[in-house]
Amino acid sequence: MLGFQLSEEQKAIQKVAHEFAEKEIRPLAAEYDEEEKFPQGFVEKAFQAGLTYLYVPEEYGGQGMDFLTACLVNEELAWGCCGFATILGANSLGITPILVAGSEEQKRKYLNDLTSRPSLAAMALTEPEAGSDAGAVKSTAVRQGDFYVLNGTKCFISNGGIADLTTVFASTDREAGTRGLSCFIVPKDTPGISGGKKEKKMGVRASVTSEVILDNCRVPAENLVGEENRGFKIAMMTLDKARVSVASNSVGIARAAFEAAVDYAKQRVQFGRPIAEFQAIQFMLADIATDIEAGRLMYMKAAWLETQGLPFTLESAMCKAFCSDMAMRVTTDVVQIFGGYGYMRDYPVEKYMRDAKINQIWDGTNQIQRVVISRAILS
Amino acid sequence: MNMVVCVKRVPDTAESEVHIDASGKDIDKSKLSFGINEADNYAVEEAIQIKERLGGTVNVISVGGKDSDEQIRMALAKGGDEAIRIEDPAMAGSDGFAIAKALAAAIKGMEFDIVFTGALADDDGSAVVGVALAELLGVNHAAYVKKVEILEDGKKIKVGRELEGGLMEFLEMELPAVLTIQTGINEPRYASFKGIKQAAKKEIAIKSLSDLGLDASEVGEAGSWAVLEKFTPPVVGEMAEILTGEPEETAAKLAAILKEKGLV
Ligand SMILES: Cc1cc2nc3c(=O)[nH]c(=O)nc-3n(C[C@H](O)[C@H](O)[C@H](O)COP(=O)(O)OP(=O)(O)OC[C@H]3O[C@@H](n4cnc5c(N)ncnc54)[C@H](O)[C@@H]3O)c2cc1C
Ligand SMILES: Cc1cc2nc3c(=O)[nH]c(=O)nc-3n(C[C@H](O)[C@H](O)[C@H](O)COP(=O)(O)OP(=O)(O)OC[C@H]3O[C@@H](n4cnc5c(N)ncnc54)[C@H](O)[C@@H]3O)c2cc1C
Repeated sequence: MLGFQLSEEQKAIQKVAHEFAEKEIRPLAAEYDEEEKFPQGFVEKAFQAGLTYLYVPEEYGGQGMDFLTACLVNEELAWGCCGFATILGANSLGITPILVAGSEEQKRKYLNDLTSRPSLAAMALTEPEAGSDAGAVKSTAVRQGDFYVLNGTKCFISNGGIADLTTVFASTDREAGTRGLSCFIVPKDTPGISGGKKEKKMGVRASVTSEVILDNCRVPAENLVGEENRGFKIAMMTLDKARVSVASNSVGIARAAFEAAVDYAKQRVQFGRPIAEFQAIQFMLADIATDIEAGRLMYMKAAWLETQGLPFTLESAMCKAFCSDMAMRVTTDVVQIFGGYGYMRDYPVEKYMRDAKINQIWDGTNQIQRVVISRAILS
Repeated sequence: MNMVVCVKRVPDTAESEVHIDASGKDIDKSKLSFGINEADNYAVEEAIQIKERLGGTVNVISVGGKDSDEQIRMALAKGGDEAIRIEDPAMAGSDGFAIAKALAAAIKGMEFDIVFTGALADDDGSAVVGVALAELLGVNHAAYVKKVEILEDGKKIKVGRELEGGLMEFLEMELPAVLTIQTGINEPRYASFKGIKQAAKKEIAIKSLSDLGLDASEVGEAGSWAVLEKFTPPVVGEMAEILTGEPEETAAKLAAILKEKGLV
């Protein structure tokens, strides 16, 4: 059985998300990119519109979307601005460890709280010396009575330092590498957690990326997510989902660039006719449209597998690498179609190109995705 | 407050190229996207806000084909309670008056305090339906409403109407009444996924002309006062003076004209 028809409900929420992106995100995108500032008030708007914590079940106060529907919404938000979408995307990333491995009590306590108000969440895995190699995490968590004491520095954390809740990965057994990682829920008011250096970035500049510093941060033992030393599995399950979101995000950026290119190519006249009449431009647009179609089908398939409870690690890695490489190619070509104007900040397409780049890097670089894919096909 | 909101599905022509189709009586809509008429979106919000404050019901009505269910369901997702869609092949070619007749026939049997319509449809833009509907229902009306205040007893309302130049005119009137809503009266909400799922389970009552006790001759072209003959694109240049020459020259001419007419 094969069907590509979205349900009426999916089409309706897709339309809502599109309208939200068009009215609440697009008009602000250029300004917040240029000034690299966090859009205060945006999270509240998204909260009121029902566009936060998309795939958290209704019983924990979330929107209760299946994962595919959430990805469709994410594509629209990224179509509006990848930086704004990242703020909400990092929220989902931040709570996913709790969703996939948290206890019923943790879900009730923390998810219900976050979903009941305009809030921010973050997931802190990466460290200066542990990027692709997550097993090299140096931050430690040492059990002391009813507490774990966390020490270390996390870097490049989206919503870092401003999140109401951070899920932190730290080592409970330094010798054991990936088998010594554990995951902790760290609310903002926990003594010893703070934001450090705020990064200046190439793209997604409306989103905050910051160090998170853990300085004798005392976390109640009941905030351990899942079992001690099983954190790596939780991180991987979290990233499986995040990668499909990144893919849908990439499709959103590519689509925005494509639409701009079609409009521009019809209007820009050189040699006495619109550049859309030159076959070189037509073929670029044809390839772009084809690429976007392929990318969307890939992320939808991966997200669908998740909704069916089927394994999707391989498809997740494939769609993440494919869609983000695709969006990079597409946005580069779209700048080309715009010529010199595309290079200028008067048009949004150079921003699309800067934004697209991050999707090849985060949530596992595309090289790491290829490691995942090749392991699966050679094992 | 028992309220009725009339919503129309319209093509989005704001950012698309519009071409007249082969019949010459319509535009080619095959590549256009559709949505709720903008003013109707505000009308839906106004009704739902009143319901949230004072209780009551919101009944959504549209004249149109199955596609219009999309707009009806969106209104239900935001908080509408019930819905009716009037569909009949004989409705084709109806003007605003004929549309109002069909709406009036559906609304007449209901207990209502306020009927909301949009002030103007984005496609045909006649601003007729709401006012004609009030006349057919034999109730008070106010058009281009940008403020609604329910007075204490719930039997009267105070409305602000937007006049030329941004002036507001305030009137008090007895209910029931028809209000045609102007855009900007409120901030329309976004439908939530939960609302959308609930709306999907609600039934939309489909009514034909005979269900409404209307005869085919009362609607469509036969029952209309206005019949559309043809569309023509605006003729370029007839009303406009086209300035020619080098940019410096044309800019100077333009500045002179603007000055002469007292526009700067
Ligand atoms: C804007 C931004 C936001 C981020 N948000 C978060 C967040 O919210 N939470 C979080 O935990 N992290 C976050 N990160 C971190 C991100 O996930 C890492 O940057 C990423 O995993 C890569 O790690 P690295 O930067 O240390 O690169 P490195 O791992 O040093 O990689 C350098 C290069 O070597 C390649 N490489 C490394 N190992 C291999 C290998 N085995 N085979 C082949 N090639 C290899 C990589 O592909 C890359 O090209 C964010 C990063 C950025 C830039
Ligand atoms: C000032 C003025 C001058 C006019 N002049 C002429 C003229 O010179 N010649 C002539 O022939 N006609 C004229 N008309 C009439 C006009 O052409 C028709 O009445 C027209 O077809 C009305 O339809 P509309 O969709 O534009 O509705 P509008 O009246 O613009 O719509 C207003 C509201 O009515 C409701 N509504 C409309 N359609 C539906 C629907 N299908 N289902 C549910 N609710 C609906 C919506 O709430 C909508 O927001 C004039 C009207 C006005 C007000």
